[in-house]
Amino acid sequence: MNIHEYQGKSILKKYGVAVQEGIVADSAEAAVVAAETLQKETGTGWWVVKAQIHAGGRGKGKIVGTEQRGVALAKNLDAVKEIAGNILGGTLVTIQTGEKGKLVSKVLVAQDVYYPGASDTKEFYMSILLDRKVGQNVIIYSTEGGMDIEDVAHKTPELIHKEHIDPAVGLQGFQARKIAFNLGLSGEANKQMVKFVTNLYGAYVGTDSGMFEINPVLKTSDDKIIAVDAKVNLDDNGLFRHPDYAEMRDVTEEDPTEVEAAEHNLNYVKLDGNVGCMVNGAGLAMATMDIIKLSGGEPANFLDVGGTANAKTVEAGFRIILKDPNVKAILINIFGGIVRCDRVAQGVVDAYKNIGNVPVPIIVRLQGTNAIEAKKLIDESGLEVFSAITLQEAADLVTKVLA
Amino acid sequence: MSVLVGKDSKVIVQGFTGSEGSFHAEQMIAYGTNVVGGVTPGKGGTTHLDRPVFNTVQDAVSKSEANVSIIFVPPAFAADAIMEAADAGIEVIVCITEGIPTKDMVIAKNYLKDKSCTLIGPNCPGVMTPGGAKVGIMPGFIFKEGRIGVVSKSGTLTYEAVDQLTKIGLGQSTAIGIGGDPVIGTSTLDAVKLLMNDPGTDGIVMIGEIGGTMEAEASHWIKEHGTKPVVGFIAGQTAPPGRRMGHAGAIVGGADDTAAAKMQIMRECGIHVAESPAQIGIVMKQALEAIIV
Repeated sequence: MNIHEYQGKSILKKYGVAVQEGIVADSAEAAVVAAETLQKETGTGWWVVKAQIHAGGRGKGKIVGTEQRGVALAKNLDAVKEIAGNILGGTLVTIQTGEKGKLVSKVLVAQDVYYPGASDTKEFYMSILLDRKVGQNVIIYSTEGGMDIEDVAHKTPELIHKEHIDPAVGLQGFQARKIAFNLGLSGEANKQMVKFVTNLYGAYVGTDSGMFEINPVLKTSDDKIIAVDAKVNLDDNGLFRHPDYAEMRDVTEEDPTEVEAAEHNLNYVKLDGNVGCMVNGAGLAMATMDIIKLSGGEPANFLDVGGTANAKTVEAGFRIILKDPNVKAILINIFGGIVRCDRVAQGVVDAYKNIGNVPVPIIVRLQGTNAIEAKKLIDESGLEVFSAITLQEAADLVTKVLA
Repeated sequence: MSVLVGKDSKVIVQGFTGSEGSFHAEQMIAYGTNVVGGVTPGKGGTTHLDRPVFNTVQDAVSKSEANVSIIFVPPAFAADAIMEAADAGIEVIVCITEGIPTKDMVIAKNYLKDKSCTLIGPNCPGVMTPGGAKVGIMPGFIFKEGRIGVVSKSGTLTYEAVDQLTKIGLGQSTAIGIGGDPVIGTSTLDAVKLLMNDPGTDGIVMIGEIGGTMEAEASHWIKEHGTKPVVGFIAGQTAPPGRRMGHAGAIVGGADDTAAAKMQIMRECGIHVAESPAQIGIVMKQALEAIIV
């Protein structure tokens, strides 16, 4: 589960990680109040107004129809009001949002942390994630902060460092020191970085996170080390241990149909094609999408009905797929193991009747437990449903109905 | 011949008396698997499905000589169950549970590092040796005794492949569902090695999906050490980048873990790639016939 920058920072702070302070606001007026409060608390005289969406590249992205960037510096309260007003309610398009962009309903009004001082500021990159190859967490860090890390990895791979963490003992002091020295820090800044890394890793483990990306990590002109941004992904499977974090889910960031599907215990991902599909099992669902493509169509969705496909889930699946106006045909592919195909077939028949008018051809492929009975049930139902037994037959039917 | 499990396996079920554990234990017994008992803490001393229930895996091992365990424990306690089985000396641990927190699996996998056991899964359909033992949740009737090994990250897609093999006349030595989570005990390569070294296996079907690098690693090893035909399929050719496709590990992260990239690596390593999931059986048949000619 992804969360917003302001939520991620609130979690980091609880674990003692220094962050760029800020207050979230949902109107231009509230942004001004937030800026005033922040001034009292931190002494900042300038502010950074940051659009809160689940996508990166905000600083370079623009609000549709304007020149307003998704992250902008305000040097007075009027500017805070103007920028917040420009961003809120607008649609922000960044390199990560796609052309459609994302509606912005909150901004984070943050302190300016690039103030002048005894030394120069310096930006670093740091992320923590699972290295699947070795089954260990790894801290990835670089002196090249504030830019696209993929670019850095491509152009100057030698500037990216990795530190694997032994699960038995966790992050050790020498590792945190190594990171601080490899980032070229000395004196107070070095000490602060050791503290930063240690607490950041503590937060990662403590929150059951799946990924942290802090870009940039900033050394301020007075040698503090702070997280200026925070991209936090929490492990869905660990959320049962953190009900307070589960509440941070922002469903407005997700496709509404996907949210509805989840309420029916269906795993649905919207795609752009013309053939909808409903399948039991994630691997077979992906394979079914592939066979739709090989048959001359494009998959309109991924939909895994799971191990308990019944009349109710089938009907919910139908309704969800049919919401997509691009869908020209639906392929139902069930391999009955524990699931009995005749029950699924009955579900298809019932759902068809309940929905009344299904405007597109339906191909049903039922294989495995009681497949023969299921085919008979479909064939004798009088419904305009194409039935198949093998996957190849189903594929051929897709080609036929699209022709 | 077969790998991991067979007629000699003495199987216990962790989470024996729960609904999932009961249902599948019954199915395994009906298939002919030698289920010697089960573990449910607090219910030791009772019997369930005419078999003894133990409080601990240690107890089950010492009293029933169990060497294989299958885990149906809920996600919050499953990693603990895996470590308990390893500590008790179980040789093959099959974890069916879906939804285990990644953090728990990182710790469990590390704990297993110095133990002489093999973990299959989690989030997998288990291991099946047709005619020998079913230690999993697969539908037994689609399998047939034979000489093709199957390795797969997925459940129903494994059934699809097995069904195609059976219908084309190719039985299976052992089918191994390794699971679709980011952290799993037995990798594609580990499973392929077992089957490559099994004298009872003539060919291997390797089914992968988007995400991770396991299929690429296995392919490179096969190129160097392979002695039997391998048929490969990767699910998710049409999956968009950055979106999780059901399995926690099924997400395209970069250019290397797309279906197209993995299939290309497979081809370069001499693996017979099935472009369509409907062609897995036929491609294996052709690959075997090509050797005989």
